[in-house]
Amino acid sequence: MLLIPCPWCGPRPENEFRYGGQAHLARPEDPAAVDDAAWGDYLYTRDNPKGRHAERWRHLHGCGRFFNCIRDTVTDRIAGTYKPAEAPPI
Amino acid sequence: MTQPFRTASGGQIDRQRPIRFSFDDRTLDGFAGDTLASALLANDVHLVGRSFKYHRPRGILSAGSEEPNALVTVDRGPGRVTPNLRATQIELHDGLTATSQNRVPSLRFDLGAVAGLAAPVLPPGFVYKTFMRPVSFWKRLYEPAIRHAAGLGRAPGQGDPDRYAHQYAHCDVLIIGGGAAGIAAALGASATGARVILCDEQAEFGGSLLSEPGVTIDGWAAPDWVREALASLGESVTLLPRTTAFGAYPGNLIGLAQRLTDHLAQPAPGMPRERLWHVRAGRVILAAGAIERPLVFPGNDRPGMMLAAAARTYLHRYGVKVGSRAVVVTADDSAYRAAADLHAAGVAVAAVVDLRPKPIGPAVEAVRALGIPIHAEMTIGGTAGPRRVDSVRLADGQTIIACDTVLMSGGWTPSVHLLAQSRGEAWTSVGACAGTIDLATCLRDATEAGGSQPGTFAVAGLPELAPSALPLPALPHPKAFVDFQNDVTTRDIATATAEGFVSIEHIKRYTTIGMATDQGKTSNINTIVALAAQIAQDPRAIGFTTFRPPYTPVTFGTVAGRCRGDLFAPIRTSPIASADAVPEEAAGWQRARCYPRTGETIAAATARECLAVRNDAGMADASTLGKIEIIGPDAAVFLNRIYTGDFTTLEPGQCRYALLLGEDGFVRDDGIVARLAADRFHVTTTTGNAAFVLHHMEDYLQTGFPGLRVWLTSVTEQWAVIALQGPRSAEVLAPFIPDIELGAMPRMSVRECHLGDIPIRLFRCGFTGETGFEIYLPPDSAQRAWDTLRQRDVTSYGTEAMHILRAEMGFIHIGQETDGTVTADDLGLGWMISRDKGDFIGNRSLSLPELTRADRLQLVGLLPNEPAMVLEEGAQVTEAGQGPSLGHVTSSYRSATLGRGFALALVAGGRSRIGARLRVPMPSGAIEVTVTDRVFVPRPAERPFVPSPPLPLLPAVARPAPVARPAASVRLAALAPATLLSVRAGPGAATAIGMAIGVLLPTVPCRSVIARERAALWLGPDEWLIQAPEGSTGLEALARRAPADRPASVVDVSQRFRALEIAGPRAAWCLNGFCALDLDPRAFPVGMCTRTLLGQAEVVLWRIGGEVFHIDVPRSLVPYVWACLEEARLEFADESASETPAAG
Repeated sequence: MLLIPCPWCGPRPENEFRYGGQAHLARPEDPAAVDDAAWGDYLYTRDNPKGRHAERWRHLHGCGRFFNCIRDTVTDRIAGTYKPAEAPPI
Repeated sequence: MTQPFRTASGGQIDRQRPIRFSFDDRTLDGFAGDTLASALLANDVHLVGRSFKYHRPRGILSAGSEEPNALVTVDRGPGRVTPNLRATQIELHDGLTATSQNRVPSLRFDLGAVAGLAAPVLPPGFVYKTFMRPVSFWKRLYEPAIRHAAGLGRAPGQGDPDRYAHQYAHCDVLIIGGGAAGIAAALGASATGARVILCDEQAEFGGSLLSEPGVTIDGWAAPDWVREALASLGESVTLLPRTTAFGAYPGNLIGLAQRLTDHLAQPAPGMPRERLWHVRAGRVILAAGAIERPLVFPGNDRPGMMLAAAARTYLHRYGVKVGSRAVVVTADDSAYRAAADLHAAGVAVAAVVDLRPKPIGPAVEAVRALGIPIHAEMTIGGTAGPRRVDSVRLADGQTIIACDTVLMSGGWTPSVHLLAQSRGEAWTSVGACAGTIDLATCLRDATEAGGSQPGTFAVAGLPELAPSALPLPALPHPKAFVDFQNDVTTRDIATATAEGFVSIEHIKRYTTIGMATDQGKTSNINTIVALAAQIAQDPRAIGFTTFRPPYTPVTFGTVAGRCRGDLFAPIRTSPIASADAVPEEAAGWQRARCYPRTGETIAAATARECLAVRNDAGMADASTLGKIEIIGPDAAVFLNRIYTGDFTTLEPGQCRYALLLGEDGFVRDDGIVARLAADRFHVTTTTGNAAFVLHHMEDYLQTGFPGLRVWLTSVTEQWAVIALQGPRSAEVLAPFIPDIELGAMPRMSVRECHLGDIPIRLFRCGFTGETGFEIYLPPDSAQRAWDTLRQRDVTSYGTEAMHILRAEMGFIHIGQETDGTVTADDLGLGWMISRDKGDFIGNRSLSLPELTRADRLQLVGLLPNEPAMVLEEGAQVTEAGQGPSLGHVTSSYRSATLGRGFALALVAGGRSRIGARLRVPMPSGAIEVTVTDRVFVPRPAERPFVPSPPLPLLPAVARPAPVARPAASVRLAALAPATLLSVRAGPGAATAIGMAIGVLLPTVPCRSVIARERAALWLGPDEWLIQAPEGSTGLEALARRAPADRPASVVDVSQRFRALEIAGPRAAWCLNGFCALDLDPRAFPVGMCTRTLLGQAEVVLWRIGGEVFHIDVPRSLVPYVWACLEEARLEFADESASETPAAG
């Protein structure tokens, strides 16, 4: 069970969280202006990195907030978490 | 009481406490402090089991958890039979009943041993190579035969009646292994005041020191030093004996399995048998020691063969001589200590055989001085003896030495198993597992690792030992065993390499070496050496196989813990009791399937219920519906983006059916959106999707459309729902509604009014197509309303009738007609897509080519041509009864109204096939059906409304609060109801609300503020829970008025939770049986509050005193949470009251 540092509540056990998929996927401002292929990419195409991955989590059974997290998919170590509007830590 | 091999004195056993036990058909005696293995050896029992594959006689190899051979079954009564326990770890207690395994019919005469004679035909891969053809023989013949022949103990045939517990724990330092290094590390860590957990798999701490009475540390005999050191540890150190650290997981989470009662003749009632600890450690000190390696030579597996250090342990710790005449064979100095000690104890040591060319050093010279012959650069070439070794032949082929014991040492393997799983977390290895042999160095390094200055320890009585070298590999020979537990020999490794396997991982799988329950603790290094010799490589280049958890086997009960029976998963219950209903579980709720009268079948009851709704009046408990209050000036804009419809045109007092799409354009949920005020909506979701829809909405509010002034509050448990449906429903309801004209209420409207004296939200809508109402009312009053309506001859109907009634109207049921690939248009609901309101979630996908194809699966009706036929849900639909599938049946029932079977189905291009005949293939033949429109029963005309005089509701019936089992150290009680407000607001509004209600809303996460009788709990950066005494009626209005120009959301949620209080010195401990948070007062101080999980229930946990916690539990989960806490309290129940059952 991961120990995930919620930006608001501090480190909490993974079972309080819900995974939210890849981070930093911006919904197109005007979806109607996006062609089918680009829209399909937005819906379905995701990175699958070995190593550092920016992903969304929600502290579902805690403060309820969505946030972003840099996790290493090999070691499961978490380099940091940050609020949705913030830039990823280095 | 004979115990012929017990020494006259010495050891750590208690000779004043004799213990009687049985092994197979023999009754034997031992002492308190014995293991089963030491007691058997004291009684000269050496043959204790038969091997896995060849049924060879096997004895006791070791004195610890690495034991591969001496596996036994312990029988503690019905359902309490545990196979494959290591005799070296079983503590002796009165009445212990152990039996040997893998022998037919008896241990001394075993028919299966014939497999040993056939050894040459059981090479690696034997099973795969031999039992290939014919395929049909596998299930019937080969597999049963192989399963019968192979294997060890038998699985118990009954359910396990024991209790098992889990415990979440946090510490600064976890020390794994309580030998010399572990204890010294604990001394070092304890001195810093750190929270320390020290665990050891054995019953007593001390490790090898317990076998070293001749060694002194700071003047204490080693076993006495252990006791003194443990006694000097501070209160911040938790000692866990009988506790195996079995696995390391991400985030420095370590799994520990603690054995609590197996060593007791009469365990206390309520005590779990084992406890699985989830330890979250700041850092880990691994002091797991080292395991001595056996040597590989022909015939090295007979009873009487033992690791040299184990013989010293049996002698010094247990006062047992392991034989009368021993031969020591070694590649390591440490075995010379065994030779000298056994000699001193009166055991004849016939010879020491040393693989090394020139053994020298003090340990060697001490043995030489005793006159014991030493054969250098020599090994054993063979052994003899039917059930125990009686002689060895040296590899020179000439020297034969009579003996009954062979002590082996091939050097020591550090126990790095867990370190290999730690994935780079903060771990330190100390002692033998770090390769440190010298005791004083071990102790010094370990105190430093613990966090203190390196300690200095005066160690005396230990000879200097030369480092060992890897032993020379034995030549391939059928009976030179590398892996005892899985019966793998050097020849098997040779065969595997000859067949092309050279990777150690492949060798492992092909030969099964290291894959038994001991995970190759005694065989891994020898395997590597043997393989290296076969392929002429340096052993250091071979590499290791993966060290997987568990370190030693963990019984299934321990893994399952408390998640059994009622605690397996919470079943949420409605506030309306339905004792006369047939229950069913749906989406985690217990629901009423139907309400049969005496003697009535489910089918008959369902038909009666359906007809009552169509012709008269019926009511269903729909309390499980998800309900969300959506508040804020931008609420309508937000709903327009979430649902397909246009809600800016919805007037207050109106409601509308709504569809929710995923961004991919497929239907995810449906429900009713009701507008209570310009900025206030009440939205329902399906029962199963309540959590998903709230999560989905929060996602878009927080990350997709930030800036919208909208807040969400779940009110699923704030409102019970009675669906009152049927032509007579208005007539039934009207006498109880004092404040509005029912007749003036249009279809799809909502009113906030009263049912008698109960405040309700009344919806004029339904899921049956009939005239009807959904009455949203406080759960505390729901039973009263339900019973009152029942007295008006309203028929209760269950989920079965509900499904039929909605399907007859062609209404979809999410999850049945939808599966995540179905669009609104597929369902015939394309009219619900608002085209001119602007963008909304899923809209862009609707124009993708795939979603607009004419041959998409479309929802249609199917009528079997044989009216009595009811199709199977999920059945395929075809043109001709075979060939390609055109779709499938999604819902199928018998309709009492129509007097026939009918179905809904998703069929390719279905709407263009109406009137067509299709076939549904079934095993008994194809069923012919006709495609129809999906509406089977026309919507009935409304009856004129006839006003009726008012009637009173039944009086309220008080329900007693549950009473907890007495336990002074941890008390549990249900608290009186309170007024609860959910406040969601931005910072400015929050301050204003706090001022208005007289308690400031805390801005520090997870903290509370108490002012007078009110409390404000921080639940999220824009969310608070306000608590006030029950009946604080004006509070909500005060809070709502406050913000004026700064919008916010205030929702009364008084009914949503019930509060429990758990208090006493054991309160935090009991919570940690189900809650993974660190509840140490430093981590979770008084005043801290947070949502968290207790078992599988989301609760609000609030520490209001050092030993007092309040838990706000969603009311449907109170029985589950209560049962969890009672289960955790059981081991602390007051003894006089241990039989008192808990009230639910």
